[in-house]
Amino acid sequence: MAEEIRAAAHGSSVGDRPSGGDRPSGGDRSSGPDRGERRPPRASGPGAREGGRKYFRRKKVCKFCVEKIEAINYKDVRLLAQFVAESGKIVPRRLTGVCTPHQRRLSSAIKQARNIALLPFAGRAS
Amino acid sequence: MADGDGEKMNRTYELMFIVRPDMIEEEQDKLISTLETAVTSSGGNVKSVEKMGKRRLAYTVRRFHDGIYVLLTVEGGGGLIHELERRLRVTEPVIKFITVRIDEEQKRLDKIKAIRDARRKTPPAPPATPAPPAEAGGETPAVTA
Repeated sequence: MAEEIRAAAHGSSVGDRPSGGDRPSGGDRSSGPDRGERRPPRASGPGAREGGRKYFRRKKVCKFCVEKIEAINYKDVRLLAQFVAESGKIVPRRLTGVCTPHQRRLSSAIKQARNIALLPFAGRAS
Repeated sequence: MADGDGEKMNRTYELMFIVRPDMIEEEQDKLISTLETAVTSSGGNVKSVEKMGKRRLAYTVRRFHDGIYVLLTVEGGGGLIHELERRLRVTEPVIKFITVRIDEEQKRLDKIKAIRDARRKTPPAPPATPAPPAEAGGETPAVTA
């Protein structure tokens, strides 16, 4: 695990990170202006995924997997509002620690709730 | 469409619509019963009707800030929903609606629940394994000596 981290630290400067199979999107998007912004935060730790290359960031667990909530309904606004920023945007899963299938379901539930005016599309534009 | 029973009848839909806040109870009931009649006449059946009351809308819809939410769960085919939505679109007090199909989701949830219940019935398997190897290890030295 330590080798992976060191390799990642060196590899990020080259550009093609030896991803452990679960970060292809990060590799594809690091091109042009994004690179400069992305690399400093990544080297210091935040932004690391759960179980992957972690520096000092504690492991984030998926709330739905832990509490075994299977049904994500568009009607329970209180649950959905936890994953929505103040501006109304859906929070990315690297910040909330939600796993992929649950994030997908959560995302479609939020979009359904927005359509029926239970959640705003954009509120207090930040 | 005469014998619609069979494949077409097991779709379950959830239809949620918002009615303008200044509509009186009586008119709401009238609207709901009209929809129910439409459902039963096209061969479906209404599973439940839930009036969720007046709520503040997240954004302004047709210059209204509040609305009365109604949730209707129906069973039927796709043509039924087409008809219901057409009616809702035409009805003046209804300001928004959304239809969600829930039978597939329900199937998935039931499957997960069944797996979980089955798993709960067979926990004794793991604790039994450590016991036999310890006994076997104890017996063999006696034989070799």
